[in-house]
Amino acid sequence: MSTATATGEKKNYLNEHTGIWSWIYTLDHKRIGIMYTVTLFMFFFTAGIFALLMRYELMHAGPSGLMTPDQYNQLFTLHGAIMVFLFIVPGIPATLGNFLIPLMIGAKDVAFPRLNLLSYYIYVAGAIMALVALSSPVDTGWTFYTPYSIQTGQGVVLMTGAAFVLGFSSILTGLNFVVTIHKLRAPGMTWMRLPLFIWAAYATAAIQVLATPVVGINLFLLIIERTMGIGIFDPKLGGDPVLFQHLFWFYSHPVVYIMILPAFGIIAEIIPVFSQKPIFGYKAVAFASLAIALIGFFVWAHHMFLSGISDTSAAFFSIITFAVAIPTAVKVFNWVSTMYRGSIRLDTPMLYAISFIFIFMVAGTTGIYLATLGVDIFYHDTYFVVAHFHYTMQGGAVIGMIAGLHFWFPKMSGKMYSETTAKIAFILIFVGFNMTFVPQFVLGMHGMPRRYFDYPPEFESLHFASTIGAFANGLGYALAILNLAYTALFGKTKAGRNPYNSLSLEWQTDSPPIHDNFEVTPIVTDWTYGYGEPIKGQSHH
Amino acid sequence: MSHHAEVTDPQGPPHVHHMDSTTAYQAAKFGMWLFLATEILLFGGLFCAFALFRWTYLEEFHHASKHLNVWMGGTNTIVLIISSYFAAMAVDAAQHGDNKKVVRNLTVTIICACGFLVIKYFEYSSKYHHGLFPLNPEFNSPEFNKAYQSFFALYYCMTGLHALHVIIGMCLLGWVISLARKNRFSGRYYTPVEVGALYWHLVDLIWIYLFPLLYLVG
Repeated sequence: MSTATATGEKKNYLNEHTGIWSWIYTLDHKRIGIMYTVTLFMFFFTAGIFALLMRYELMHAGPSGLMTPDQYNQLFTLHGAIMVFLFIVPGIPATLGNFLIPLMIGAKDVAFPRLNLLSYYIYVAGAIMALVALSSPVDTGWTFYTPYSIQTGQGVVLMTGAAFVLGFSSILTGLNFVVTIHKLRAPGMTWMRLPLFIWAAYATAAIQVLATPVVGINLFLLIIERTMGIGIFDPKLGGDPVLFQHLFWFYSHPVVYIMILPAFGIIAEIIPVFSQKPIFGYKAVAFASLAIALIGFFVWAHHMFLSGISDTSAAFFSIITFAVAIPTAVKVFNWVSTMYRGSIRLDTPMLYAISFIFIFMVAGTTGIYLATLGVDIFYHDTYFVVAHFHYTMQGGAVIGMIAGLHFWFPKMSGKMYSETTAKIAFILIFVGFNMTFVPQFVLGMHGMPRRYFDYPPEFESLHFASTIGAFANGLGYALAILNLAYTALFGKTKAGRNPYNSLSLEWQTDSPPIHDNFEVTPIVTDWTYGYGEPIKGQSHH
Repeated sequence: MSHHAEVTDPQGPPHVHHMDSTTAYQAAKFGMWLFLATEILLFGGLFCAFALFRWTYLEEFHHASKHLNVWMGGTNTIVLIISSYFAAMAVDAAQHGDNKKVVRNLTVTIICACGFLVIKYFEYSSKYHHGLFPLNPEFNSPEFNKAYQSFFALYYCMTGLHALHVIIGMCLLGWVISLARKNRFSGRYYTPVEVGALYWHLVDLIWIYLFPLLYLVG
């Protein structure tokens, strides 16, 4: 039961307990979600600054004088490793997933609250290891390919150790979510009534649990090989460097679905609300998430077409990779069909969602180019690949996350942000992002290799445009997050329970929610997307 | 996992009773099964590596395998199977609310685990005296057969990681014993005994695959 404080304000999860220790020891999934969000974005901006430094170096042909080629190698490694392992893999599940999963299924918390807090601190431990590793920066690229990673500086041991520890955090979070979604759904919340974000989070959690251990053992072997001099990956000692790539990509390809699936889930939540229409093809969208997760386990060697794998297996992996496009396209068509003849409101979350569809179409289509064996021989390790995966990772996963943060911000903070500032930030991000990476597609098509410190003068105009775009992009993110942070701390405009007229459970409780999420356990009688349909029961009240 | 109310905790109390005890039991068991799946995948990477190198260096792996002591490995297999039996008996005792029997059974399990580690220690030290270890400069020299290096690299990684799991399992079961001493378990609540035993069975099971692979097949 909620009680009134002395000021007459209703208690919620933010003010029921106060002081720093109430956060450090908290077992509340909502607070843990907020702690992850703050920590993750610190790393997002750190790695973002590394990216801008690289773009500054590449603005003109020839050395800029800002850094040496070695430092450039360290920068792209740190940018990749921090973005992947510290920001985007924990990403949406750890932040919005933690906050929303119990709320959306009508539970009071995740299945194992203590384990949830433990995952956070394991994440922090991994993050500290990664920061210590900065004292001897790694220059292998975020993929730590052997045998170079066995020969280069000692930082590799700490950095891969950090990735190993972060993997534990990821496994425990995924395990917690799978059990929560199986066991803690409110009465009447059947699988076919679940919000699509939950389906996406479920598929993601399954990948986290099943793929992460394999990279764990891979990095463990790399560390043992470096410290003990055994021969698993080093051909000089009888090892096999391609084995490292197999074990690495067995995790690191599914991991791109860990990044993108929850973003798909966010888009599937935003579009019906801002179109005020039921989602089109609910089952197709839900099962597409599972299909992507499943197929995603059998495509890893498409990163290795030029690593000396056999033609037969290359053909196999190429065909399976094409197959991923089918469930992905099912999702895109269903989102667009949901918008068709809807009452569309172009608020900030919806703007991000629409831009997501546009950007992800480019990302997916260029992925098909790269899955094609003959084409990949030409595009492999060029800027075309760089542009492709930034369209999926940044244009997909990060923009999806920013969309979700804006959408659920009123629920998380109980306040409304400045819509004007948010829209300006959106325009900067959208324009800046495309301006950064469209030129990189062109550069790649002309043969500009990735991870190079310098380039011939004829590439200069495209690199220049890309750098200008990158700075606009970075400015946009800074503005968007500052807007949210400022509102959370000093904002005055209160948000109601349900400012966007959503039917999903999390919007039926207070903003911000009370400590126990719901005053009484909700009883669900209908699916989540019945916009404009006759109400079947007292489902959402 | 545990659902003991911590009413005295002034800092953000956990959502006590955020699920009923049956759901909590099912959730804990389901969670442990998922965790065991991750453990199998963790060792799965090592099994893949072993398959690859055995295929590459078939003859040498066969010879290198002869350096391992089948009797010691076999004894250890039996020791672990016995330990698993007593872990299973502990679950049965917990279900009947017999906390003393839980303590007794799990103590035998831990004694068996210690026996396993002692035998493992003698095996490792005999390898050490023969110079069959990666940090030995002679072993690392190019004259030494590379395939032998691969075999022993995998041998140490696989059995070493397994031994680490034995130690973690001993700590886990030690914690369960401490709960049983406080008479925590009854026919209605025995989750820690069951998940602890599940983990221990996996530790046993992995060894049952490691033993024939390393000692017999080679």
